[in-house]
Amino acid sequence: MSRRPGFVLEVDRSTPPTLFWNGEGYGLERLPEGSRVIYAPEPIDALEDPIGAIRHALNNPYGDSAPLPSLLRAGMKLTICFDDISLPLPPMESPDIRQMVIEEVLEMAAAAGVDDVVLVAALALHRRMTEPELRHALGDRVYDAFAPHGLLTQHDAEDPENLLYIGQTDEGEDVEINKRAATSDLLVYVNINLVAMDGGHKSVATGLASYKSLRHHHNPQTMRHSRSFMDAPASELHTSNWRMGRLIAESGVKVFQIETTLNTDTFPSQFAFLQKREWEWNVRDRATFAASSAALAGAPTRYKRRLFHSIKAPHAMTSVQAGEVEAVHAITTANVWEQQGVEVEGQTDILTMGLPYICPYNVNSIMNPILVACLGLGYFFNLYRNKPLVREGGVLILKHPTPWEFDPAFHPSYIDFFEQVLAETTDPVLMHKQFEASYANDPWYIHLYRTGHAYHGVHPFYMWYWCAHALEHLGRVIIVGGDQKAVRRLGFSPASTLDDALEMARDVVGPSPTLTHLHNPPIMMADVR
Amino acid sequence: MKSLEIERSLPRFAAARLAAVLGSGRGAGIGPLRLVEGATPELPGADWSLVHPRLSGICGSDLSTIDGRTSRYFEALVSFPFVPGHEVVATMDEPGRTAQGSVAAAESRVVLEPVLGCVARGIEPRCAACATGRTGDCEHVAFGHLSPGLQTGFCCDTGGGWSAAGIAAHESQLHLVPEAMSDEDAVTVEPLACAIHAVLGAGIDDGDVVAVIGAGTLGLLVTAAAGHLSSTGAMATPASLLVGARYVHQRRWAERFGATGALDAEQLARAVRRRSRSLALGASAVGAERLTGGADIVFDCVGSAASIEAALDMVRPRGRVVLVGMPGRLHLDLAALWHREVALVGAYAYGTEKVRGEHGPTSVRTFDLAFEAAAALGTGRLVSATYPIERFEEALAHAGAAGRRGAVKIAFDLRSARRGTTKGPTT
Repeated sequence: MSRRPGFVLEVDRSTPPTLFWNGEGYGLERLPEGSRVIYAPEPIDALEDPIGAIRHALNNPYGDSAPLPSLLRAGMKLTICFDDISLPLPPMESPDIRQMVIEEVLEMAAAAGVDDVVLVAALALHRRMTEPELRHALGDRVYDAFAPHGLLTQHDAEDPENLLYIGQTDEGEDVEINKRAATSDLLVYVNINLVAMDGGHKSVATGLASYKSLRHHHNPQTMRHSRSFMDAPASELHTSNWRMGRLIAESGVKVFQIETTLNTDTFPSQFAFLQKREWEWNVRDRATFAASSAALAGAPTRYKRRLFHSIKAPHAMTSVQAGEVEAVHAITTANVWEQQGVEVEGQTDILTMGLPYICPYNVNSIMNPILVACLGLGYFFNLYRNKPLVREGGVLILKHPTPWEFDPAFHPSYIDFFEQVLAETTDPVLMHKQFEASYANDPWYIHLYRTGHAYHGVHPFYMWYWCAHALEHLGRVIIVGGDQKAVRRLGFSPASTLDDALEMARDVVGPSPTLTHLHNPPIMMADVR
Repeated sequence: MKSLEIERSLPRFAAARLAAVLGSGRGAGIGPLRLVEGATPELPGADWSLVHPRLSGICGSDLSTIDGRTSRYFEALVSFPFVPGHEVVATMDEPGRTAQGSVAAAESRVVLEPVLGCVARGIEPRCAACATGRTGDCEHVAFGHLSPGLQTGFCCDTGGGWSAAGIAAHESQLHLVPEAMSDEDAVTVEPLACAIHAVLGAGIDDGDVVAVIGAGTLGLLVTAAAGHLSSTGAMATPASLLVGARYVHQRRWAERFGATGALDAEQLARAVRRRSRSLALGASAVGAERLTGGADIVFDCVGSAASIEAALDMVRPRGRVVLVGMPGRLHLDLAALWHREVALVGAYAYGTEKVRGEHGPTSVRTFDLAFEAAAALGTGRLVSATYPIERFEEALAHAGAAGRRGAVKIAFDLRSARRGTTKGPTT
């Protein structure tokens, strides 16, 4: 059977209940008749020979770039940068795409006699990856060849010795990036483009930047004018990154961009029902759902968290392209859209979502309330092109336990942000003015970011700015089944059941609202007409 | 006339101590406190007046005494049997002089300044502390023509506030209540004076980070005093005034009274770390429990071993921890105090304070500052419930569980008792 595209179902009497993710668990909800459910397209077939495809891409670059082998020579300084733990989601089964691509790049470098090679995890202000995470991303062979010699590094946005100030864009934006990368003869960047937001000039201009540079586009104004940040031409976030990327290129930094796309094969076979349409569940799917949801309902959260974070996705590579940044990215974006795009007719009064256990910033960790907000109002809300799925003044209903719980090692500044900043204001602009600098420059957060595995002190602010467009657009946000105190701290309304939430939503949008459910994951992008 | 009286009875103190395991104030039923028919106290001299309590607050130190938890240090500084109650607004029985030298008419309202120093005890020459207005530091509270008693409410000769029989008060102890001030505001003047004394004695500088541990009556009044005195220019203005409070209503009061941050008690150290831009140390470093730097001043308004150690962990090297809450015999780790050269100081009562004035520092009586602040802040709003004296067990249980029950200050209402009637609790 050929691959089926994305699909918008209209709920009628015969429609079975719809799967809603609910953190480390899931359940079925019966949606009102007339509701729409958006399903992701089925996975694109994997590349039959991914290694061959990678070699082909490196030898046949796009844009004005020469093939990679011709850019490599003995005595040169080569830096290979790669996306961090935030991609892909869930982490993919071995071998990871980064491993496959980097091994090929290193083969070519070795063949050319390049011996000054350093690997850099492009963390931006994310947490440092642990050794098992690096081993998973790069493979043992690469890890053991580089890490013991200090040649596998993680970008440190707070290391003044290893930052280089490139200059200012026409808009006055400071550009400061990783010095090793910027002073190399060639910077090879290895991307995993899980969503349309990833890659392009954002790879270097964000992934290798300092706070001084990032603050120009990671702010409420930029995020409010990124509609959406999944649609680069309409995204101020991308416009700013493109200005910076072009300045970096003009300054003489030679970037060889490698971008890869994945299919929507998100869950292993034992959880196959999670990416099927409910009316197509077979007996085994139904039995697995019933047994697993019953087991999860009674299991301790710690156990459930460990179980879900052990899931490795069978994502397969659907394309790989390399060369000049903008030429490569245009093809990548088209490929992402081909896999994830779903045409949707018109906006809705109420948009519902079940939020899963994972987002880019809690891999192997806790999805704290700020990340719940970020996943719902930042990422999922922005999975659109043209106009948001929900109309202005409409209601967003999320389902997630939203525990008042934080990982103190990974998210120390989140705790203070939640306790001290959100207790005072949920206004992104106000918190940007009043609090951001003190968190960004806090010496303890900087210490933990540089030496431990903590997200940078300013990171929770960025998570909240990610919600800025949605916060401005929506009439109300309701979280079903969340910790009531935590939900209120976020400035949202708690509801015990979906029916209660719909009743509350009617107070905002009127008595006969339209309702759309985003059946995500697998990830999809709504092209709203 | 009904009075509550504390007798010296070791078995009763022991029983109270046991009962208090169930909760603060639970010693009231079986401890040394008894409801008796009290006699009107004799006036020790011509410069004394009889006053009739209208409202009389229940203080943390009262609860400690009732529960048998008070340090034996105080044994020589009190005389039994005594009537507790030192937070008092009362009416004059007959015309009499006040601390300001004016004559208060009969039935006019007064607030009691309860310290029984050299002047009240008729001791001449006065001790060095009393001679300079620091009556709280009086060296003679166990001497003179009165029985020992550091304050009214701990002396067998004067009576105390938890009595309808009246209090013998020296003219130096009486402060006329302004006509417009409510009884509730007036009854908070004494604890507010304690708070003002603690705040002005702490040596706060402009730009300091100040933390307050505990947000019961004292913690909130310390917050209110710091906020008010800095806003009026009477003292320096701290950059941060952070309050750790266990209960939501306490956090709301702290914010109203000028806290720049009112947080869950467990979050206070984290907030101090943030504001002082410190690092954290040790196994609990991620929880920010032991800071390398910290607050310039920490007010401990709890007085437990845990709160003092928490204060020592969040104060900066050479910073100051001020004990406002009354401690007892404690087991403490003072390594941090030694290593970081922290000053651990007590703050008791009141007297005369140095405040900033237009032409330099000036001396003002603490009670004068407290009257002004109580009127400006409306601290009487902290009086959450009042009880008639006969229902003392309920009142004390309520006071002992004030935070948990959404209350702050509990007081006895004796306004109707004097007319021979009683009423139920008013909340």
